[in-house]
Amino acid sequence: MMRVASRGGIDRQLVWAVLALTTFGVLMVYSAGQTDVPSVARGAWTRQLGWAAIGIVGAAIVFRMNFRILEWAAPGLYAFSLLLLVLTLLVGTGAGSAASSKSWLSIGGIRIGQPVELAKIATILLLARYLSSLRDPPTSLRQLVTPGLIAGVPFLLVMRQPDLGSAIVFVGILFAMLYWAGVAPRLLLLLASPAVSLLLAASPSWWVAWMLLLFLLLVLWRSYVAEGVLIYVVNSAMGVVAIVVWNRLKDYQRQRLITFLNPESDPIHAGYQAIQSKVAIGSGGLFGNGFLNGPQKRLAFLPEQYTDFIFAVVGEELGFAGVLVALALFLWLFFTLLRIARRATDPFSSLVVFGVLGLFFTHLFENIGMTINVMPITGIPLPFFSYGGSFLLAASLSIGLALRVAWDSRLSGYADG
Amino acid sequence: MSGISADRLRDRSTGAAGVLLLTFLILTGAFFRAQVLGYKDFRLQSEKNRLRQVPLLAPRGAIVDRNNLIIADNQPGYTVKLFAPSVDSMRAVLARLGTIVALDSGAVDIIIRRFRTAQYQPALVFTGADFGVVSRLEEHRYLLPGLVVQTEPRRIYRGGAAIAHLVGYVGEVSEEEIARGRYAGSRMGSIVGRDGLEQQYDSLLRGVDGVRYTEVDARGRMVREEVSSPSLAPIAGGAIKTTIDLPLQLYVDSLWRAGLADTRGAVVAMRPNGEILALYSAPSFDPNEFIGGIEAGTWQALNTAEAKPLINRAIRGIYPPASPFKLATAIMGLKRGVVDFGTHMPEPCRGALRFGNRPFKCWKPEGHGSLDLTGAIAKSCDVYFYQLGLRLGLPNILEQGIALGFAERSGIDLGSEQRPIYPANTEYYNRRYGARGWTNAVTLNLAIGQGENSQTLINMMRFYTALAGDGNLVAPHLVNALKAQPKPLGLTQAQLEGLRKAMFDVVASGTAAASGGRDLKVAGKTGTAQNSHGKDHGWFIGYAPAENPQVIVGSIMEFKEHGSAVAPWVVRVIRRYLTQLDPSLAKLRVSVPIQADTIARTGDVFPDSIRP
Repeated sequence: MMRVASRGGIDRQLVWAVLALTTFGVLMVYSAGQTDVPSVARGAWTRQLGWAAIGIVGAAIVFRMNFRILEWAAPGLYAFSLLLLVLTLLVGTGAGSAASSKSWLSIGGIRIGQPVELAKIATILLLARYLSSLRDPPTSLRQLVTPGLIAGVPFLLVMRQPDLGSAIVFVGILFAMLYWAGVAPRLLLLLASPAVSLLLAASPSWWVAWMLLLFLLLVLWRSYVAEGVLIYVVNSAMGVVAIVVWNRLKDYQRQRLITFLNPESDPIHAGYQAIQSKVAIGSGGLFGNGFLNGPQKRLAFLPEQYTDFIFAVVGEELGFAGVLVALALFLWLFFTLLRIARRATDPFSSLVVFGVLGLFFTHLFENIGMTINVMPITGIPLPFFSYGGSFLLAASLSIGLALRVAWDSRLSGYADG
Repeated sequence: MSGISADRLRDRSTGAAGVLLLTFLILTGAFFRAQVLGYKDFRLQSEKNRLRQVPLLAPRGAIVDRNNLIIADNQPGYTVKLFAPSVDSMRAVLARLGTIVALDSGAVDIIIRRFRTAQYQPALVFTGADFGVVSRLEEHRYLLPGLVVQTEPRRIYRGGAAIAHLVGYVGEVSEEEIARGRYAGSRMGSIVGRDGLEQQYDSLLRGVDGVRYTEVDARGRMVREEVSSPSLAPIAGGAIKTTIDLPLQLYVDSLWRAGLADTRGAVVAMRPNGEILALYSAPSFDPNEFIGGIEAGTWQALNTAEAKPLINRAIRGIYPPASPFKLATAIMGLKRGVVDFGTHMPEPCRGALRFGNRPFKCWKPEGHGSLDLTGAIAKSCDVYFYQLGLRLGLPNILEQGIALGFAERSGIDLGSEQRPIYPANTEYYNRRYGARGWTNAVTLNLAIGQGENSQTLINMMRFYTALAGDGNLVAPHLVNALKAQPKPLGLTQAQLEGLRKAMFDVVASGTAAASGGRDLKVAGKTGTAQNSHGKDHGWFIGYAPAENPQVIVGSIMEFKEHGSAVAPWVVRVIRRYLTQLDPSLAKLRVSVPIQADTIARTGDVFPDSIRP
């Protein structure tokens, strides 16, 4: 790859990609507020612009920060974010479509933010610090216990809110960073295997097939006997645990899973969002109904049109063409982040940037996948598009980190990796 | 990175890039499937979400009388309808609506059912709302998402109960009727004719309903009245012109209400060519109550009332024809050549005729003596007709009765006409009583219009219209003569005139001279239909002027015992019609032979208190 010519050392590609995405996003938030029926989304775009401005300031501050200070501060930041998460569980409030869950921290009745967003960044930093401190990448399951715990604690705390969608983001971050740190993909697969067991347990025949495949893989990859047995036992246990977990899931969680598998099973209630979102997107066709003119959005058939389901507005109003442009911008952003991670001057910086990539990627896949019904419905925002201050700020800070890494690597004349 | 070569970093980077590309490819594929391949389906679903059909009712054609006076037409009324996204929310909105205007729970169920059958249309809540109700609803519109108020043509029958059995009424077509194709071209919400002319000429009157598309939001609230999608304008129904004389029809009703309030019966007035001038049945009902859905209580009352006000007695009531049938027996005799007008029967009337082991009585116990046919018709002598019946024989009477139309419907252009009862052949008696269970006595009964013979008023009117007219049986009609060919009675002109003369013989030879030939002569026949369930029913069928019939009026009144009690009313209808044609007739005395079962009386039967 050619080295990017840059006078100021700022990574212009990253800046342009983010600015393009943010502009696109604010325009869509504006459109989401243009409805035929009164909607709280009407003025959201101005607030979103304000948050974007704050985000730019925040990114600039982070950009100025020394990474060694960040590395040093990571454990403290992480502990602080966990404290906030615990506090949220105790005194948190719900909002919007997840009014019954506790995901917000409020002071005097004013919601000041969702601590989970801070926890995501703190987790990335601590994981980066831990993984970069290792001499060799982890090669056994035992060596994965510490990073597993770093991501697992916030995961469980967020699950308690309960917010399945956000919790999954910690899993996404963990796997992305382990991969980048050099953990063998097959080990990651074995690590993920209990989750696969859990999902497949619903169908006995699929589960048996999976257990056979797992056995073959364990033999083929010649893993440690103790580990192999452990994985096999855990997988077997998951088949049983699945039933228990299923019974312990909240009604709405269960309903969402069922609805994901078959939205038409309950078109009025649980499946309503999935169906209306897909109808909005599908009816957009090649070029859409035109900016501001999506009927599903205008007439309030589309739920959460300015937050979780904003991408359905893109599909309805701008059509397949608009979707392609948005996806291309995201892909541009991701490849830029990938390049920055690869060229980073030190493992900590590199891992942080890749963690940010993992964070954005998980959000994007969960959110867009949900709007087009390839993922279950979890309330999770789409970076730079969905209205929401905490996440836009967190995303901006993350970009600030990446910009700093890019700056550092340029200063040291980091060659193409 | 520590301990990791640049090569391995590059491998991982390539792997990550691969995962990214693959993921985006999957997402792109999913969007392609929905937006490009599934576009049409999703477009349709999106439109189904937001577009609602609002049927536009076609104005129903007017029904007018022979002089273009309006019998039925429309007036603008407010129709209230509701859109809703689901049955639950429809219930909720109806509950709120119920606090603003009265709605009983039965009505709510009906509205919910209407909504279930066509969820993409607004459900009809009620029609004919007055301005007060509509403005109260509009005030509370914020509570009633999905409220649609339309001005729609609303049927009105200014004649009310006076014309109910004639025109029928209209109502919303039912799901089942649509399924059976009962009313071609009707859709949910269509208003169709029920009963009477409304039903008979529904396809002509109804027109074609139009449709408009409105846009609603997710809560079913109307956002835009009209969207650019194609709307279909309604096509108004055609008007029909009837042969009815509306003032005469209303006159019959006013007569009835003034003097016959509790009497059940029917009146039909016709022109000699088969045109119906008035058709009335009592008791009646107000067809306006059916418009926009009849209240359950009213419907229940109409259906269970002992007097059966929904039954049109002119075409559905069947009664033994009694003495008016003697003319038919006479015609049979004339056609067969077994008698002529001068023929005397072997047995003179001594008050009864002995047949088998029992006497068959004449209505006049002291007897008529020996009469010829003219006299027997004039005096309605039972003994004469017993013997004429025996002379004809049962098979002959049955065969000729059928030829004279007594076994078939009159063919009036109103649905639901009752078929008369008239045996097709002697097998009928074998089946009913057993081969040896009956005797020739049935012939005697048939000959005087009793026994196994029940006729509708309208069918008897057809027969008398043929007698008063050109001797052909013409289907009585309200709009168009039906395709059926006129059926000749099979009489010579001389025979026809002889019968007419016999029907007025008493008057002509009696008192007509006294009034200097300036009387309005009414010819006719009274009858007493024996009723095993209670008091006898009274008949009278008459026409005038006797020399040159212009109008034929017949009536049956239940439990009136005697035709002579019916005749005065019929005469007043006749006189009213004729004075409408020629006001100078109003000064004339009316002479009418009330001869059938009693001694003829002449002179002013009734001072006509109601003048045009």
